[in-house]
Amino acid sequence: MAKQYVDMQTPVIEMRNIVKKFGDFVANDGINLTVHKGEIHAILGENGAGKSTLMNQLYGLLKPTSGDILVNGKKIEMNNPRDAINAGIGMVHQHFMLVQPFTVTENIVLGTEPRKGVALDMVAARKNVVEISERYGLSIDPDAKIEDISVGMQQRVEILKALYRGADILILDEPTSSLTPQEIVELIEIMHNLVKDGKSIILITHKLKEIKESADFCTIIRLGKYIDTVDVENVTENDLASMMVGRKVTFKVDKPQQKPGEVVLDVQDLHCLDYRGVEIVKGLNLQVRRGEIVGIAGIDGNGQTELVEVITGLRKGTAGHAFVNGADVFNKPPRFGFNHGVSSIPADRQKHGLVLDFSIEDNLILQNYGKMPYSRKGILQRDAIFKHATESIEDFDIRPRNSEKRAAGTLSGGNQQKVIIAREVLNDKDLLIAVNPTRGLDVGAIEYVHKYIVDQRNKGKAVLLVSFELDEIMSLSDIIDVIFDGQIVASIPGDQANENELGLMMAGGGKKND
Amino acid sequence: MTKKKTFLDVVSTNRFIHTLLAIILGFLFGAIFLAIMGLSVGQAYGRLINSVTTLKGFSYVIVYSIPYIMTGLSVAFSFKTGVFNIGCEGQFVMGSMAAAVVGILLGDLPGIVLIPLCFLAAMAAGALWGAIVGFLKTKWGINEVLSMIMFNWIAFYLSNFIAGIPAIHNDGSAEATKSISEHASTLLSKDLIKNMGLAPTANWGILVAIAMTVVIWIIIEKTTLGYELKAVGANRYSAEYGGINVNRSILLALAISGAMAGLGGALQLMGMGSRISVFSSQEGFGFAGIVVALMGCSNPFGVLVAGIFYGALTYGGSKLNLVGAPTQLISVIVGTVVFFISISVIFENLKRIKTRAQRNAEAAAMRRAEEKEAQK
Repeated sequence: MAKQYVDMQTPVIEMRNIVKKFGDFVANDGINLTVHKGEIHAILGENGAGKSTLMNQLYGLLKPTSGDILVNGKKIEMNNPRDAINAGIGMVHQHFMLVQPFTVTENIVLGTEPRKGVALDMVAARKNVVEISERYGLSIDPDAKIEDISVGMQQRVEILKALYRGADILILDEPTSSLTPQEIVELIEIMHNLVKDGKSIILITHKLKEIKESADFCTIIRLGKYIDTVDVENVTENDLASMMVGRKVTFKVDKPQQKPGEVVLDVQDLHCLDYRGVEIVKGLNLQVRRGEIVGIAGIDGNGQTELVEVITGLRKGTAGHAFVNGADVFNKPPRFGFNHGVSSIPADRQKHGLVLDFSIEDNLILQNYGKMPYSRKGILQRDAIFKHATESIEDFDIRPRNSEKRAAGTLSGGNQQKVIIAREVLNDKDLLIAVNPTRGLDVGAIEYVHKYIVDQRNKGKAVLLVSFELDEIMSLSDIIDVIFDGQIVASIPGDQANENELGLMMAGGGKKND
Repeated sequence: MTKKKTFLDVVSTNRFIHTLLAIILGFLFGAIFLAIMGLSVGQAYGRLINSVTTLKGFSYVIVYSIPYIMTGLSVAFSFKTGVFNIGCEGQFVMGSMAAAVVGILLGDLPGIVLIPLCFLAAMAAGALWGAIVGFLKTKWGINEVLSMIMFNWIAFYLSNFIAGIPAIHNDGSAEATKSISEHASTLLSKDLIKNMGLAPTANWGILVAIAMTVVIWIIIEKTTLGYELKAVGANRYSAEYGGINVNRSILLALAISGAMAGLGGALQLMGMGSRISVFSSQEGFGFAGIVVALMGCSNPFGVLVAGIFYGALTYGGSKLNLVGAPTQLISVIVGTVVFFISISVIFENLKRIKTRAQRNAEAAAMRRAEEKEAQK
């Protein structure tokens, strides 16, 4: 597949020696980028490496301090996104900019509505939308309302919007961060359809696997500097990771053999309903012992999220038990579970894990604000809270330093996760539940999170890991429990699992083994 | 980082400056209206300033400001805890009525007992009025804004009804309650008022208002209760995850907010009116509280200052007709101020667009600086 459609004779984008300074510091320091017709070009870098700054210059949101931008061989000065659009550049942002109650067609024509006299010509618009959708295999329903369609579909609407405006060069900013594995596969297919038709794609990402699967070339940026442009075919994921972070990266997690101890979490015949009132966990049984990591492998929507919500007290179940250290936490409030040994890294760190408007120091005491030494007789002890934050920031390498009083919402995703990990690890509970703990994080941060999870296991804690990343489950778990249709359908020792077999069981192809 | 701050930076990040700007704009708009009407701006504003800067005038301002401070505190507290107490008006009326009932029926008690009793009754009535709405919200998910607006009217008619009960109603011809017992009055002594030349309604209610300002500030900033309420207000999901009882917090927040408004009603009654009239329309102290809370940036001490400012506008405004300017000028000024405070969103968005791209770059630079440090 690779480079099949690339026309190396026709560069469509050339960014030459781009320097962008903000006051004293240099966000982009001499970056070169050449993208050809029919090429998928990945831009790889850690969070904050300068990828977005570079793309914002290409899209006219920022002006380079020095350096040239050439589109189709012509030097162009871009003052705003309109100039970029006129030059045939379209951008799909990480967060979509769609009007929820409008239909797909209405969203796409917004701002460039076709007219017939003074009236809106929606028939022509709709026809145009359908045509583009069909040409690139987007399979979009032009009459669906945005609020009714999935995130993956919304992304396609954004892509279609850019194409509708005549984009030949598409910038996709972290396009897979909110997609399910299946949607990712479909997106890659769409990208191939686009380049086949002579479009070019710039893909901003920090996911190595997707680069290997989709991109022709990859430009690596580290700390604002241009590192290299490589032919993706000739490098391994490990090579890419090392270039990105500037040191050797180990994907293998060091995990000493150890015998698990007594049972900490014992879930018995658990039932609960999902938000629509349909039963989603259907008599689930599960045990986690001290000193082991039990990974729940499964496709999203098979009850794993609800299972964790019941154990952590955020959701009421309809029947069953969930014992933690012998105490039944079933249908008890979150604090009951916490007091009996439950700590958790929630799936949605911004919704559940953090109060984004609160400072880091206040977030670090989210469960313990009412306890000594953080409060006495109902009065918060600011000195103790501050000291605790200072120590946590140091011990858990939360950046930036001296950020005790900063709102958690101003941190990067990786550092937000570090705040949660610091809090939950320091809570020192017997059970740690981690749900998609590395979602949206870059390689460095993933390594860090994995280290702490394994550390907890090594210290004799029981760890329940729920993740949609099969790689993560396979590299961390001592035991892999496969969840399908609200039940655990298989339980396999981690070192004996293989990806194909797991995949089959996750799709319902396994037999129940109890 | 040595970056020069632009005007936009300051206005969008410093709420105090922003509010000040809104107030200046308010007076500017007022001036434009005066000019259009062919009136002297200097004369009108001169009158406004003169009328509040004498000792007597200032004592009026303080008296006027007491209910505004209390309802302002009530609304500000609700903002901080993520509910919008638009039911402040009704809680104020309930507090007023509760204090009147106690002040009339138990009028024989000595002041040292009666006054605290009136305060407590008013706070309890206001808190109850807030808590009922909270209960409806947490139990059945009934939108609090809608039920509060209805509860404002229930309070209004309930107050009129109670004022008509024989034991409470004035025996004379006035459509009002009896006056509360003198023991329940917070007026300063007649001699003091006379000797110092203060307003005839000068009372020590302002001390209660200041004390409550401090109390509310302590609750918000210093206590675990404040932590819980703010957490629920900022993100109820993570608060729940952290083990905070969300429903209890919402109830408590509304009850405390209601208690402040109720106490405001008592202070107004015991210092100013001494009896409650049968109203034909809502008095608007609660709604003014929203304005005061906005002007005070939802900060208790900000509310104290904003309440006094609002009191000054109201009192000064009532003197405007002496120079031929309409009293409604004050409404123009206040409306403009509220408008410009409310559009802070625009300033913030302008700022956000400018910094969105910048933020990534700053993060990168910060990392790089750290990396350098690490290499040393």
